[in-house]
Amino acid sequence: MSEAGVIHDIGYQRYEGQRLGRRAGLTALYVHGLRSSFGLGRSAKAKIFPWLVAGIMLLVAVILAAVRSQLGEVIFTYVQYDDQMAWLIIFFVAILAPQLMSRDIRSGTLPLYFSRPVRAADYVLAKFAAMVTAVWLLLGVPQFIMFLGAAFTTKTGARGVWNEFLDLAPGWGYSLLWAVLFSSIGLLIASLTGKQAFAAGGIVAVFLVTTPVVGVLSIIGSTTANSLAGLASPMTLIAGIGAWLSDGPVEMELPIGRFGPVYAIEAVCLIAACLLLLLARYRKVASL
Amino acid sequence: MTIIATEALTKTYGGGVTALADLTVAVDEGVIGLVGANGAGKSTFIKIMLGLVPPTSGALRVFDLDPVTQTDQVRARVGYMPENDCLPPDVSASEFVTHLGRMSGLPRTAARERASEALRHVGLYEERYRQIGGYSTGMKQRVKLAQALVHDPDLLLLDEPTNGLDPAGRDAMLALIHRIGNEFGISVVVCSHLLGEVERICDSLIAIEGGRLLRADRISSMTTASDVLAVEVSEGTDELATALTGIGLEVTREGRLLLVPMDSDASYDRILRAVADLDLSLHRLDQRRHRVAELFTAKEAADV
Repeated sequence: MSEAGVIHDIGYQRYEGQRLGRRAGLTALYVHGLRSSFGLGRSAKAKIFPWLVAGIMLLVAVILAAVRSQLGEVIFTYVQYDDQMAWLIIFFVAILAPQLMSRDIRSGTLPLYFSRPVRAADYVLAKFAAMVTAVWLLLGVPQFIMFLGAAFTTKTGARGVWNEFLDLAPGWGYSLLWAVLFSSIGLLIASLTGKQAFAAGGIVAVFLVTTPVVGVLSIIGSTTANSLAGLASPMTLIAGIGAWLSDGPVEMELPIGRFGPVYAIEAVCLIAACLLLLLARYRKVASL
Repeated sequence: MTIIATEALTKTYGGGVTALADLTVAVDEGVIGLVGANGAGKSTFIKIMLGLVPPTSGALRVFDLDPVTQTDQVRARVGYMPENDCLPPDVSASEFVTHLGRMSGLPRTAARERASEALRHVGLYEERYRQIGGYSTGMKQRVKLAQALVHDPDLLLLDEPTNGLDPAGRDAMLALIHRIGNEFGISVVVCSHLLGEVERICDSLIAIEGGRLLRADRISSMTTASDVLAVEVSEGTDELATALTGIGLEVTREGRLLLVPMDSDASYDRILRAVADLDLSLHRLDQRRHRVAELFTAKEAADV
């Protein structure tokens, strides 16, 4: 400040620099969505819930890792960890999906997006990818902590670490399955309303309502019905696929019999249907 | 230079609602007023220009680009300010405008710099780190303008930019738009249903009604040789009218005002002398354009 108190009006400067294309907009939207999933770049209030959930999940993982390294006991496997955390994931999804989708509808920001190079498909893709990443990180990072706890105390050297990693990798895959299925359902419900509270309630309701259906189907007389009961709820659907892919952990309360592929097909169809409906909805919204 | 050219542009929505019918117009750069009543087709015209909805028939070129096939190139050069509320309450203006700058394809640092610049130009530099939820309506309108300006477009499409503003806010917004059009070198299309408002800042006007073109022309050609002087005195309006008629001026009364056609600069002196002679206190003596609205009504009447 050489001349204090003098205001220089340098006038309007044209922008001569680089202009990136549509893909850059998609990436920016993805990063923005992922950051705001954890409340970054937003108010302190927006940070409370995601970090509370993440904190609990990390704490559980640290305890599991500590028990594993000190006592050598495996309380939950990587896959079981996801199943045990199911309700926390549902709450996380129920808060996150409305933040990513309903918020833009509520505040009317969509016309601003769609008057820029991004298209409906880009928007849906970026939001979906951001949410999948957020949910996967929520599960994958604690699983990694559990892995570290086991890897550092292994008694068989590098081979033990590798074996442990071979256990972790399917766990990560299983987490990704959770993330993809729950994100697609959550985002679809959230895209229907601009009110975040309604959307959150709707998402929890879908999971709450479907759980008793599974309960009823699994105790009626027919074995086939029992085996297919898990199809009725997203949570048991994922558990069923997990059981099928890992050749069935016997202690699971849900016998899927030989219907494993049915579970997988339903999951794929469900995800595809949710994403297509989302796309159709935003195609319509994008034309304002 | 022609920036927007349409030829027989027609848009019919499903259900047979005709939003635009056979609209042919060529628009030069500058500040352009797009006027018409609510539902006249202004917003549809804007949406077609942005490539958001395809026209049913006819052709449209923006910067000689086709918004339907060259959407990205058009949108990179056009900034859009919607009519409705479109701001999230829980982020700062700086953060929000930066984000939209990146959505327009600016690299990270450039987006941040341009966002600060845009907010400075609309007069929100000091407040830019505050959350938008705490802003007044006038400030929100400025944020909306800033986000349209952030990627340095060549054309701004402003849909009812003075909506919800008080008279002072309207004047400030109109002055800002005038500045953008004249000092920044950016052409501006201002949509409004208030003709009296946009005629003050526009170089040319497009008037549409029921999706049809009413008239498109430069303001200067609409208002030539129609300047009048408006005189207002505290009392004794009648005496002044008589006195002015006495010295050979054509006087019409409009409420408390006397309107005198301005033949030459000498008209000022003659009126002033008449006022002084009568020893009246002069409140106002200013040059006034014929209101463009009168021209439109005259034209419409002629059409019928």
